[in-house]
Amino acid sequence: MATIILFAPLIGALICGFGWRFIGEKAGQVIATSLVFLAALLSWIIFLGHDGETQQIVLMRWIESGSLSTEWAIRLDRLTAIMLVVVNSVSALVHLYSFGYMAHDDNWGHHEHYKARFFAYLSFFTFAMLMLVTSDNLVQMFFGWEGVGVASYLLIGFYYKKPSANAAAIKAFVVNRVGDFGFALGIFALFYLTDSIRFDDVFAAAPTLAETNLSFLWTEWNAANLIGVLLFIGAMGKSAQLILHTWLPDAMEGPTPVSALIHAATMVTAGVFLVCRMSPVYEYAPQATAFITVLGATTAFFAATVGLVQNDIKRVIAYSTCSQLGYMFVAAGVGVYSVAMFHLFTHAFFKAMLFLGAGSVIHAMHHEQDMRNYGGLRKKIPYTFWAMMIGTLAITGVGIPLTHFGFAGFLSKDAVIESAYAGTAGGYAFWMLVIAALFTSFYSWRLIFMTFYGKERGDHHTHEHAHESPKVMLVPLGVLAIGAVFSGMIWYNVFFGKEEAVRAWFGMEPAAAHASAEAGDHAAVTAAAEGHAADTAAAAEGTEASADTATDTAAATEGHAEAVAHAAPKGAIFMHPENTVLHDAHYVPKWVKLSPFVAMLIGLFTAWMFYIKNPELPKRLAEQQRPLYLFLLNKWYFDEIYDFLFVRPAKWLGGFLWKRGDGKVIDGSINGVAMGIVPYLTRLAGRAQSGYLFHYAFAMVLGIAALVTWMTLFGGAH
Amino acid sequence: MTALDFNTVLPEVMLAIYAMAALMFGVYTSKDKVAPLLTWVTAGVFAVLALWIGAGGEGAREAFGGLFVDDPFARFAKVVILLSAAAVLVMSQDYMERRGILRFEYPVLVALSVVGMMVMVSSGDLITLYMGLELQSLALYVIASIRRDSVKSTEAGLKYFVLGALSSGLLLYGASLTYGYAGTTQFAGILSTLQGEVPVGLLFGLVFMLSGLAFKVSAAPFHMWTPDVYEGAPTPVTAFFATAPKVAAMGLFARLIHDAFGAIPGDWGQVIAALAVLSMFLGAIAAIGQRDIKRLMAYSSIAHMGYALVGLAAGTVAGVQATLIYMAIYVTMNVGTFAFILSMERDGKPVTSIDSLNMFSKKEPMKALAMLVLLFSLAGVPPMVGFFGKFYVLKAAVDAHMTWLAIAGAVASVIGAFYYLRIVFFMYFGKDADTVESRMVPVQWALFVASAAIMLVGIVNLFGIEASAALAAETLVR
Repeated sequence: MATIILFAPLIGALICGFGWRFIGEKAGQVIATSLVFLAALLSWIIFLGHDGETQQIVLMRWIESGSLSTEWAIRLDRLTAIMLVVVNSVSALVHLYSFGYMAHDDNWGHHEHYKARFFAYLSFFTFAMLMLVTSDNLVQMFFGWEGVGVASYLLIGFYYKKPSANAAAIKAFVVNRVGDFGFALGIFALFYLTDSIRFDDVFAAAPTLAETNLSFLWTEWNAANLIGVLLFIGAMGKSAQLILHTWLPDAMEGPTPVSALIHAATMVTAGVFLVCRMSPVYEYAPQATAFITVLGATTAFFAATVGLVQNDIKRVIAYSTCSQLGYMFVAAGVGVYSVAMFHLFTHAFFKAMLFLGAGSVIHAMHHEQDMRNYGGLRKKIPYTFWAMMIGTLAITGVGIPLTHFGFAGFLSKDAVIESAYAGTAGGYAFWMLVIAALFTSFYSWRLIFMTFYGKERGDHHTHEHAHESPKVMLVPLGVLAIGAVFSGMIWYNVFFGKEEAVRAWFGMEPAAAHASAEAGDHAAVTAAAEGHAADTAAAAEGTEASADTATDTAAATEGHAEAVAHAAPKGAIFMHPENTVLHDAHYVPKWVKLSPFVAMLIGLFTAWMFYIKNPELPKRLAEQQRPLYLFLLNKWYFDEIYDFLFVRPAKWLGGFLWKRGDGKVIDGSINGVAMGIVPYLTRLAGRAQSGYLFHYAFAMVLGIAALVTWMTLFGGAH
Repeated sequence: MTALDFNTVLPEVMLAIYAMAALMFGVYTSKDKVAPLLTWVTAGVFAVLALWIGAGGEGAREAFGGLFVDDPFARFAKVVILLSAAAVLVMSQDYMERRGILRFEYPVLVALSVVGMMVMVSSGDLITLYMGLELQSLALYVIASIRRDSVKSTEAGLKYFVLGALSSGLLLYGASLTYGYAGTTQFAGILSTLQGEVPVGLLFGLVFMLSGLAFKVSAAPFHMWTPDVYEGAPTPVTAFFATAPKVAAMGLFARLIHDAFGAIPGDWGQVIAALAVLSMFLGAIAAIGQRDIKRLMAYSSIAHMGYALVGLAAGTVAGVQATLIYMAIYVTMNVGTFAFILSMERDGKPVTSIDSLNMFSKKEPMKALAMLVLLFSLAGVPPMVGFFGKFYVLKAAVDAHMTWLAIAGAVASVIGAFYYLRIVFFMYFGKDADTVESRMVPVQWALFVASAAIMLVGIVNLFGIEASAALAAETLVR
């Protein structure tokens, strides 16, 4: 079944991409879409029926080179199952949606075929993403990682006639290269240290990595931390975290379904997936996870501030995506990977829906994307309005405080914020996330108010012709709306609510000790109860004993301990016995639990004040705080700084090497030889070929004289 | 005993008898009117003999007390010689007939020279070597000047004869020196005397003999006759000069250095490497100035001989194998190229100027494409077979620790690519001019296209010649 899920989109992409000339564009689209729907259906079957046990489905032997030996296998565990559902569901709905959205595109002429190409790219992306999430080793994951990068490049640059789309595609690709470089270095380091790239081997070696030092660049590093940071750099690129985030807003140049699928729901979450997948390593890398937490929180805050003032409807949602990804990383950084996955899961629904809704608005408004030209649209496009409303209620986190009843975002976001409080003891990350939640609420409601309420602005001709989108676009919105409303409540317990349920769901060993762990020295008690990992045993001894000693101790007490000590931890994710954040998060103070809700209300109220009650207010505020407004409007000047720091020096270097290095030195010397020396020799040879017999004979005699001389001097005995 | 000897040389004897019979037949019937028939029959006889030699015979046999050797190496060379001679004969028949120069002696002389070549590659003794060489050369002198009424043709024949005589003199001098120091003319005997200190006289003999042979393969600096003779001789004759005799001379070269002087590869290796480098560079550089495609092909063959010599200079089994493969590829490319050159004409007159190929692709896209493939292959552009020929010889040189030689070969091939590519440039991007006609009879067309196709398809497995070349090389290098 997993094999069918994996390859159905690939087959669809191939048939649609190469076969549409024979079967027609429409048939190609239908085949691609139905194959993805098949994959989605099977994914749900796997997701609902999965028992948490990790399975490996070997497809073929893949690489045999020296000590690098690996299979191409599908790793099917809870993480994979979640990602399968997310990827295939959203992809299937986006395929369906695209039937309507891409039906008439002004970027293409009447006789140009673009639909089959679009669907083929979408299906190819789905395949690459599935490769990424089903991978059983790092190289396979890297393959999928790069595959989605290529698909993203192709789809951002889908309107290849627009220079801005090409620039955005190149930017996305180049920025991702930076991240991928880090990711590749991380893989190299893991292979160097563990001599394997298979997840099981790497996870089993993680405790050892924590005690290994690795020399990199100018100094020695703790191996686990270094690898954690390197892998996270890859995740930063893919998931548009601060420093490497600049490509995501520009990627909105792609068609809106692409933004929904790739740049909201699936590809950009690959980084979060990577961190969760590598959780056995990260659990031994405290500095790396601290870095992830801080960076994720900063990104959440930064992107939310920028989102406050953007006017392009897609850019607002893009920054919101960036910000929500920050939330996920904070959750992963403080060690509650299940919550990161929870937010990833719910976010996929409501963010895809917001994007598709925005697409529907854009579709209705004849590809007008500036919100300043919207207004009063709720009557014209009611279904879209309600879909966007549900999405906004979900992302802002509307629900009944202190209960588990609310929209999807309410449950997952609050879980993240509570974890952040528990994980950082109410520190930086927590406050950043709360403030970001306030901003999120503001810009989300601002979007709704500017688009659907107030007076009609902009070209009134466009407003007159504004029309509701076809059914084929509304159905995906409806399906996603169900997810946006209920996905949080249904799966709350298994992702976050009950720790036992979470552990069982992710196939981890039960943590029987946590009740008593509260009492005090939880590490020791945990170890006594479980006694399953070497480091736990070391903690039980109360010493900083080496892993070997600890193993011996464990072996003495429990027969199977030695075998377990060298095996990978059970389950899709791994939480170190000392990591009790998931547990603690349930016991945070009440005000912490209320804080995101209050922040949401403040944001809502402010937005209402600004855009319904008194529409002149934002303008005045912007005038008053002009420097701040410009700072935010220009996205903290990141693009300008990068342009100054990297782009221009790189262009200068390229120009220098091209004009001077290549043009003058290399071409110059080759041209010198080709146009100076060789023709001279040619003329010389031509002169020697005089036609006179005696010249020829003379040359022969000279030749033999030279050879004989040579032989006399260097030949024979010499 | 004698019966066995004659059995070994049966192909040569039969070809010689056929040549004399054909001569008689021509003289006593209607002379030149039977020439087309004779040409085809001769080509047929070549083909049958090639088939016979190629299919039959296993292992190595000696005849007449070691004078004559029949081994896989000889058989490989003979098959290539016979097939290329047959190809050149059939494709030149129409050309020569239309220009009234197809005399009945032509196929007979070709047959006799082929007998000489077969003896050359089979020689096991200095005497046999010389006999084969002279039989071949005498026939070639006549063929070069077969157009008695043309000043250029006779000049070419005369130049070739005088310089050939000089080279024969050098060779004979070397042979006598060798005999003087070794005390025997048999290759095996010479080899057995090469122990310990090798007398300088023997080395002198080796150098002189190598020089004589270098003349035959037209390796620099003994190449000077080549451009003049190629240009002056009628094109079919040039085509013949560029193919079979080169294989024979290269075969003899390999046989002499390995059978007679195999114990001192260090000595002849230097000489051959020097000849190879000179030839590669001279062929590449001097060809750039040429405007006549026949002269250009002369320099091209000088350069190609340089590459073949690189393989020999390596002095290893792989080297000899590479040389044999190179020669087979070289001959195939040249047959195709000359099939095209033969077809170039304007108003019924042959044209050999490169400029006349301007915009040829517009007129005959298929032929231009096939020619492009052949020229790329000659230049050694990767997907074509010609590249693999070069690759094998250069690899042999690298493996024999002569990296500098391989580098020189690579550099020369870059320079040489220029003039091949210039023809392609003229054909595809040249200025509109009075473009040449290309008139081909079916057999020319077939050889032309087949040769181009081989350059593309051959990369699959080189038609299995690798294995037979390896077998041939193993019997030669001990």
